[in-house]
Amino acid sequence: MTGSRPVLSMTGISKSFPGVRALHNVDFRLFPGEVHALMGENGAGKSTLIKALTGVYGIDEGVITLAGEQVAFSGPMQAAAAGVSTVYQEVNLCTNLSVAENIFIGREPRRLGAVRWGEVRRRAQALLARLDLDIDVSAPLGSYSLAVQQTVAIARAIDVRARVLILDEPTSSLDAREVAHLFRIMRQLRDEGIATLFVTHFLDQVYEIADRITVLRNGTLVGEYRTEELPQLSLVEKMIGKELDVLERLDEQPKRPVTAQSAGTPLVAASELGRKGAVAPFSLRVHAGEVVGLAGLLGSGRTEVARLLFGADRADNGQVAVDGSRAALRAPVQAIDRGIGFCSENRRAEGIVPELSVRENMILAMQAARGWARPIPRRRQDELVEKYVKALSIRPADPDLPVRNLSGGNQQKVLLARWLITEPRLLILDEPTRGIDIGAKAEIQKLVVELSDGGMAVLFISAELEEVLRLSHRVAVMRDRTMVAQLDNDENLDADRVMQTIAGGTQRGEVNR
Amino acid sequence: MSSTSLTTGRAWRPTVPRRHVPVLATLALLLVMYGIGVSQYRAFSDIQVVFNVFIDNGFLLVVAVGMTFVILTGGIDLSVGSVVAMTAMVSASLLQDGLPAALVLVIALLIGPTLGLLMGCAIHFFDIQPFIVTLAGMFFARGMCTFISDASIPITDGFWTTMSQERVGNPGGNFVSISVLIVFVVVLVAAYVLAYTRFGRNVYAIGGNSQSALLMGLPVGRTRIAVYTVSGLCSAIGGILLSFYTLSGAPLIAVGMELDVIAAVVIGGTVLTGGSGYVFGTVLGVLVLGVIQTLITFDGSLNSWWTKIVIGGLLFTFILLQRLIGIRFK
Amino acid sequence: MSTVADRLRPMTGHRLFWPALVLVLMIVANTIYRPGFLSIEVKDGHLYGTPIDILRLSAPLILVALGMTLVIATGGIDLSVGSLCAISGAVACLYISKAPDQNSISTVFTALALALGAALVLGVWNGVLVAVIGIQPIIATLILMVAGRGLAQLITEGQIITINSGPYRAIGLGHFLTLPLAIFIALAAALLVAAFTRRTALGLIVESVGGNAGASRLAGIRSGRVIFLVYVVSAACAAVAGFMMTANVSSADGNAAGLWVELDAILAVVIGGTSLAGGRFSLSGTILGALIIQTLTTTVYAMNISPQTSLLFKAVVVIAVCLVQSPAFRATLSRRRNRPMPEPASPQREKEQVPA
Repeated sequence: MTGSRPVLSMTGISKSFPGVRALHNVDFRLFPGEVHALMGENGAGKSTLIKALTGVYGIDEGVITLAGEQVAFSGPMQAAAAGVSTVYQEVNLCTNLSVAENIFIGREPRRLGAVRWGEVRRRAQALLARLDLDIDVSAPLGSYSLAVQQTVAIARAIDVRARVLILDEPTSSLDAREVAHLFRIMRQLRDEGIATLFVTHFLDQVYEIADRITVLRNGTLVGEYRTEELPQLSLVEKMIGKELDVLERLDEQPKRPVTAQSAGTPLVAASELGRKGAVAPFSLRVHAGEVVGLAGLLGSGRTEVARLLFGADRADNGQVAVDGSRAALRAPVQAIDRGIGFCSENRRAEGIVPELSVRENMILAMQAARGWARPIPRRRQDELVEKYVKALSIRPADPDLPVRNLSGGNQQKVLLARWLITEPRLLILDEPTRGIDIGAKAEIQKLVVELSDGGMAVLFISAELEEVLRLSHRVAVMRDRTMVAQLDNDENLDADRVMQTIAGGTQRGEVNR
Repeated sequence: MSSTSLTTGRAWRPTVPRRHVPVLATLALLLVMYGIGVSQYRAFSDIQVVFNVFIDNGFLLVVAVGMTFVILTGGIDLSVGSVVAMTAMVSASLLQDGLPAALVLVIALLIGPTLGLLMGCAIHFFDIQPFIVTLAGMFFARGMCTFISDASIPITDGFWTTMSQERVGNPGGNFVSISVLIVFVVVLVAAYVLAYTRFGRNVYAIGGNSQSALLMGLPVGRTRIAVYTVSGLCSAIGGILLSFYTLSGAPLIAVGMELDVIAAVVIGGTVLTGGSGYVFGTVLGVLVLGVIQTLITFDGSLNSWWTKIVIGGLLFTFILLQRLIGIRFK
Repeated sequence: MSTVADRLRPMTGHRLFWPALVLVLMIVANTIYRPGFLSIEVKDGHLYGTPIDILRLSAPLILVALGMTLVIATGGIDLSVGSLCAISGAVACLYISKAPDQNSISTVFTALALALGAALVLGVWNGVLVAVIGIQPIIATLILMVAGRGLAQLITEGQIITINSGPYRAIGLGHFLTLPLAIFIALAAALLVAAFTRRTALGLIVESVGGNAGASRLAGIRSGRVIFLVYVVSAACAAVAGFMMTANVSSADGNAAGLWVELDAILAVVIGGTSLAGGRFSLSGTILGALIIQTLTTTVYAMNISPQTSLLFKAVVVIAVCLVQSPAFRATLSRRRNRPMPEPASPQREKEQVPA
């Protein structure tokens, strides 16, 4: 089918933002009746390309043609009207409206201006039946699971006679069964001649569903390949590119020795800790000076483990002991009292307070621990802030700048500083290196090693296996919201073995990212 | 979560849809209150009592219908009371100047929506909170009232007095005023618009999630401006009805009315964060307020301030109820 | 033109620049219109004059607005302050009117303590609704805004309670060091709140909770306690303001005392540059805002326009100040000024709706 003419082609697309060149001379083609994966690391330009296509951003250079005609959409709405529909990861529908209405709102069948509700429901039912979904379409969308909501979003998209369907990370919050259902729909749409642009982090899914792959890196096109002609390892190389060299150099460092750290009373010991719907009961011990890595795919329960250990969510099963004595961790305050710190993966929503200055953001946790009545003296603040601005090379080094003016990497360092100032005994880092530049990444990795050498325990969560393996003494592996294994990081452990564990031993060597 | 199946993954749903619970609770409350009235006071069972509730609260109901549109989008309109007063003042003053009744009606009915349109534009284009913009609108309209006249202006126009005194009734002697018929028309039109037109559905969509509504290609800006215009129009109609009722324009009338209106809408089951509620609920909410007032009047030993305390208590109960049945709050 | 603008930028960028400019302009306009506006004279050892009047009359509003600033900084709003003013005034006046000796200092202090206690209880009610039950602040305080008026009238039994108590009247009309006592009370409250928030870490914690409640929780801040506290503080401020309002007229009117003061207070806070969305707050800005509102009212009075009509001017000022502070409006202006600029990519203007 790919022999025919492309339904969509983007040629020579460039787009700059102040200070950043997000896309440079990128080409992209989409043929009718194919599933085309768009791959790349965070910051490679995937979402910018999609937004340039759907008219969220104007492009600086380049030509977009749809079915042979040059187009420049003013926004997602116009794009959808022309047959280019997008389904986002967080479903962008209105949960208060009924399923049927969500599919048809804005273009309901009407008679004399009045919406024909019977017709709306009938057509919605028929459309969803086509997608193998039989539900009560007059119930509010919010009463259904995310997977159903996503299917409804797809139904809305294809009802506008979409020729191009963009699925932006649709699988990240779905379980295996839901993913299977989604793929069934995607295959069916492919057979109907719809071109699907599929963005995902999961490599195994790409190899399961995609016909072709386009790889972006740092805003430029690496290449377009047929899936069967691109082995998985080459794909990873093409996505990571030159960074591979840097990582290899870092890899030359000796492995973290598995030492006597894991003897004696654990600093923190969770036994059968769990929470319904979040993570199945697990037991985990972390000793002083030990780095425990937490590996697993996105949505495998990594973050949930961290939140339970920090008291950010309340456990409904099991208990936690700190220094061998039982600790009730019902709120973050109590965990902090016991010497636990937690850097959330969600920097914007759960990390920084954007309006406050770098200084205020840094001292926040320490101040909270001291209580409002005992402010940290200004001189002490200056000392602490100066020390960490220097130690973590935070730039710009102006402590009175609002933290929202800093880059992502520097914001992450401010958050690290916030916790280091409290001198925690266990620091939980959830994806501390995501979405930041390679330099800052290396600095943070170095810091983790130094901290554990200094006696601090670290629970290190990352989607990047190499990083986890490089830093950890022990690796706990998550799969389907269950902790399936804890592996000592000795010479027998390599990325392949961790991957096999993540995949449950049934699938061979499938990697995330 | 992991066991969710696509075809059977429907969440728990009671036989009565949850979004209908607040309205049904209001209905039950209304019936209970009416029952209390009937059992305690013989005169209460006279059907005219019900009609009087409509006669006395008609203008409030019209304004509350407009407010329902605004609150459904997640906004708020504090200007309604002042706009009601301003409309009445303008009508009274123009009639005093000898303008023909028809022209006065047209002018009076244009002022409210125009102010609403301007407020909607300020909210949409300049991203200023509805609370502040409509507060300014409230100040402006109230200021205009006293600017027109410090004292109350009587209305003697023939059309107004006819509208005020004409009774529509049955041979049994029960009657309503023409205003009540106008109120019914407004309520029916509003209910139809919200349920059956694209504009109405967009109102719900914006209240549910304005970001999504934008991505679904709905005219968010236009709709948001329109609801404030609708609210202005309803306030203007309310003002005209009030001037029919009192046959005058007074600069300080309807002070604090926005509170009663908001309370009626909330008691009627509309969620203040938007996206959920019905015009029918608002009708019930206004009736609840009206029946409370009637009960307190019938009692005689209770004073008027009990109305406010009871309304406050009801607000509390209904907000707690909405919280308990888990309708989304921000 | 542009060089002047460049030089002024650091100044115009300051958050207090616009409110201060508005106040200065109003004073200048007044002085031109009425040259005697700024004159102050000494009579019976007390200072008199329009500026003194403005300060004295703005004292209750400053008090209410101080509490409101803290509430708004946490991302909340307190609509009930007007009713609380009425309740506290009513309780104090009721107690004094029933006392055998209305001029006794101890009677007045007991009355104040009782009234303050009542207000604190209601503040606790607000705080529990918002911080413990988790009801949206605008709705939670709406309850007391409506019911509180009724309570105040219940206390006064719908009458206007008139009292004849020297010490109580002094709260509103007394003098101290040649200046009205009310000014000192407001000043003391301002200093107290400032000391409480800026000398301790309370201010930082309030701003952090208002700026990002989720992040604050994860940083170990017990945001519930802070939110609870600000509603109690707001109620206390409203109570003292209620004393002043009733002392000014030596009577308590459950219906009229503190009517619409919540709106003026919110305005004062917004004019002072504190965002209704919460976060950074400015007490000095709030005081400036309150002074602007009172100066406006006084000006309109002096022009022999009815006080209700002064609302027209207030509306204009509100819209002007809000427009100047609105980023969207500034963007429109600058786009118009430099026409040939390319249209910026459609910005994300649909930010999360603040509960209006």
